[in-house]
Amino acid sequence: MRIAADQAPFARIDRSRPVRFVFDGRSYEGFAGDTLASALLANDVRVVGRSFKLHRARGIMGQGAEEANALVTLGEGAATEPNVRATMIELTDGLVARSVNTWPSARVDLGAVVGWFGLLLPAGFYYKTFMGPGQGAWHIYERFIRRAAGLGHAPRATDDRRYDKRHAHCDVLVVGAGPAGLTAAIAAADTCNSVLVLDEQTEAGGSALGMPDRIVGMVDRLRSAPNVRVLMRTTAIGLYEQNLVVAVERMGDNTADIRLSAQRLWKIRAERVVLATGAIERPLVFDGNDLPGVMLASASATYAMRYAVACGRRAVLVTNNDGIAKSAESLRMAGIEIAAIVDTRPSSALAPDGIEVLRGHGVVRARGRSSVTEVEIAPLTPDGKQFLPRRRRIDCDLIAVSGGWNPTLHLLGNGAGRTRYAPEIACFIADDLSPTVAVVGAAAGELGEGYSVRPAWRMPAVGRGAPWRQFIDLHNDVTVGDLALAARENYRSVEHLKRYTTMGMAHDQGKTSSVNALGILSEAIDRPLAALGTTRARPPYTPVAFAAVAGRQIGALYAPKRELPAHVAHLGCGAVFAESGGWMRPMHYPLAGESTADAIRREVLAVRNAVGIVDNSALGKVEIHGPDAAILLDRLYSNDWGSLAVGRARYGLMLTEDGMVFDDGVTARLSDTHYLMTTTSAGAGTVVDWIELWLQRAWRDLRVFATPVTHHWADLTIAGPRARDLLGRLSLDMDLSPEAFPHLAIREGTVAGLPARILRASFTGELSFEVMVPARSADQLYNAVMEAGRDLGITPFGVDATLILRAEKGHILIGLEADGTTTPDDLGLGRLVSRKKDFIGRRSLTLADRLRPDRPQLVGLQSDDDRVLPGGGVVWSGDSKLGHVVPMSSCRSPVLGRCIALALIAGGRDRIGSAVTVTAIGSQHRASVVSPVFLDPKNGRIYV
Amino acid sequence: MLILPCPWCGPREETEFACDGEVSSVSVDPATASDGAWADALHNRTNRKGMHREWWCHRRGCRQWFWIERDTATNQLRNSGLPGTES
Repeated sequence: MRIAADQAPFARIDRSRPVRFVFDGRSYEGFAGDTLASALLANDVRVVGRSFKLHRARGIMGQGAEEANALVTLGEGAATEPNVRATMIELTDGLVARSVNTWPSARVDLGAVVGWFGLLLPAGFYYKTFMGPGQGAWHIYERFIRRAAGLGHAPRATDDRRYDKRHAHCDVLVVGAGPAGLTAAIAAADTCNSVLVLDEQTEAGGSALGMPDRIVGMVDRLRSAPNVRVLMRTTAIGLYEQNLVVAVERMGDNTADIRLSAQRLWKIRAERVVLATGAIERPLVFDGNDLPGVMLASASATYAMRYAVACGRRAVLVTNNDGIAKSAESLRMAGIEIAAIVDTRPSSALAPDGIEVLRGHGVVRARGRSSVTEVEIAPLTPDGKQFLPRRRRIDCDLIAVSGGWNPTLHLLGNGAGRTRYAPEIACFIADDLSPTVAVVGAAAGELGEGYSVRPAWRMPAVGRGAPWRQFIDLHNDVTVGDLALAARENYRSVEHLKRYTTMGMAHDQGKTSSVNALGILSEAIDRPLAALGTTRARPPYTPVAFAAVAGRQIGALYAPKRELPAHVAHLGCGAVFAESGGWMRPMHYPLAGESTADAIRREVLAVRNAVGIVDNSALGKVEIHGPDAAILLDRLYSNDWGSLAVGRARYGLMLTEDGMVFDDGVTARLSDTHYLMTTTSAGAGTVVDWIELWLQRAWRDLRVFATPVTHHWADLTIAGPRARDLLGRLSLDMDLSPEAFPHLAIREGTVAGLPARILRASFTGELSFEVMVPARSADQLYNAVMEAGRDLGITPFGVDATLILRAEKGHILIGLEADGTTTPDDLGLGRLVSRKKDFIGRRSLTLADRLRPDRPQLVGLQSDDDRVLPGGGVVWSGDSKLGHVVPMSSCRSPVLGRCIALALIAGGRDRIGSAVTVTAIGSQHRASVVSPVFLDPKNGRIYV
Repeated sequence: MLILPCPWCGPREETEFACDGEVSSVSVDPATASDGAWADALHNRTNRKGMHREWWCHRRGCRQWFWIERDTATNQLRNSGLPGTES
């Protein structure tokens, strides 16, 4: 319930601004400045969710990122965000939230029946039941289990809010704007050029918010400093090497203003990082400690002072440390009656005015049906391991607990430092810090003047079932019973224990559970806590929406799309585009009403019988300049290059050092010291990298440069028996006759008024000229060719027709036949391996493995019937598996009238003439092995 | 994400670079090496935990190759240099 204004005089809510919101379908009212959690508590909503595994009723237990119970689904429709902590949600007008893991609602949950069988779902339940002999059962039960155990659901609709990314650089980054962070930031502002301060809350102040005096003026001082930037609602989720801090800023959440981005992901580089991340109070572990009404003492104090919310009328405080005095003071100031303070320590300096302190006592159990109504306490034996008789019950509706404090050091998990156990304050503190990272305040273990604590990792259990109701990890429903069972089963390493019990996993990452679990494990297996080590807290500190990580790189902006220089001309010809080799390329050009298959067939026949044009601009192009250019080519390619005359071109293979074909292409000699190399489309980048690697790292004595020019030149290839006729019609300053311009030659001049290089080379098996012009003129040349060739039957053809044309000729494609495991000889290109010179990959070609007679070899397959052979299908001879049909090589050849394919099969060349079986899922085919060159083996069509 | 020192362009983010693994100290003569020694030189690396030298290329920048010493456990960077000074 809400506390009167005079009892929480420094509260940060604005009572003049009521805010309406809906939780689980009911309408409530809070105030500006509330979180969803404080507003629910103000409305006496005690049960806010059900636990992950056992469906036990749960209430709010914390006030910030440590909250382990109150996960809600925020928003509706596409903007839904599941599993958000109610303590981290700023209350805004019209906010809608639902509890997770409940049906039909948190108060009445039918899944709670699982809780009665809690003993049946202990640590390792999944492993024991569904792995090994029982694994078949998983498939049957998975969908029921997934429905019963789980959290919120991701929305199905597309979230069309904007998510952005920003980069920032600063001298000093302060994480946390509590008293310690503010102090550090003010000090830094005096001496550094730029200071950035982050805090996950809506306003700066941290633990001092709602308290008198401590930070008065500090925030204003920072805001007025020109070299300081303060980002609120911003959570640092990870600290990586070289002080890269990734943070998420929540911007316009819950607002309808679509001009604002919903969240921003910040990537901050800081010279120095100051962690002022504070500390999180530890819960105490006792029977029924998950009952709504049991909460962290500091959280109940924060609700009272900062939000003017009383979490109960009559409280019992339970502690093992002196820090509780501060919380007690706050609760009393807010008018909450404190029935007693139960202190597990036999003696302590704790002596608040007028409050009974029961020293040497512990909690036997919390009692109540759906929330706390009384607490049962008893004196402890001096070692704290057992209760003495003389139990006593105290009426209360709030049990505020403090088991000590854990400095918040999650950000050190990625290498900026380690943690070590500090027994004097019973927690882990920073150790072995990077010299550019500092930890200050409570995060550094400064827990207050004269702070004293004695560990009480768990209360004794009374009764057989009690350990299974002593919750260590509220978020994952892990109890003392689970942990003891795991220890008995020898899961003694903390890393194993975590995975076996799921303790400290998921959203929570052990914020309130991991140290208690270590303490309990240390007692269970009788090893000192400091020797156990800890699990590493992994980023993100709190969950991050995938949308924030993706930012604007979604949909069309996911990856850049490259269009060919003649893209507009292709559009005009009705091209159907698809991405291939990193470019949007025309696949085929269907006429009105024409099927895809008919279009491809028409394009193939036009190239074989008349003339076609294809855009090969995507082919990689590299200029090689320098007196040693020929030496470079000789070393890069497996075949000989020294003898290539100026004006001529040659096809070559490049091998990796292990002797496998990795790229191919035609390279032409333009002058003594100048070559134009072409590569595959996909290899355009890697080949340049490859050349640079060798030139810079191994052959520094070579006087040669390699310059990528792929994007500078368009390459429109005119192919077919009428190609020469067509090209001759364009205004041209070169002689196209076979004598003057033979196959595998290059000429420079002008074509249709454009500076051009024409390379006569053929991938289709037809007479073919690749006309290269400056990329900006591609459309102009394309249109000129279409215009000039109209009566010759000029036909644009795309990637699909090219695949058939090359398969008919058995021309290899890098990535298909040359799949990284095939040598030149495997591909039937052994003649392209020089015996005279050294080249990259040469030594590997004589490794024993490369000489095996049963290596995969390229062959052709001809189907016995009219069905297209399955690409990727397995090729068999009887029962022995020979290899596979090369994907995308299989087609119905319009010229041959048969279904053909290329295949890589063991010892393939010796099998030519034999029959094989080809299988794929759902089909079986018979085929004969033939030469991979189906058409024109003497290349008569090319040399015309 | 690492920031690496390009010898020409200065400190740049890792996404601009390509890594080619550790600088191999094995040098074999392909003409005389046995199959085993050749395969070992080609494929096997020390894969040390701690400081080692590795190759990087400022691939999306000036295309310069360089070596740098990096601790494989902590990502701490130390000396670097141009090709030719790596061994």
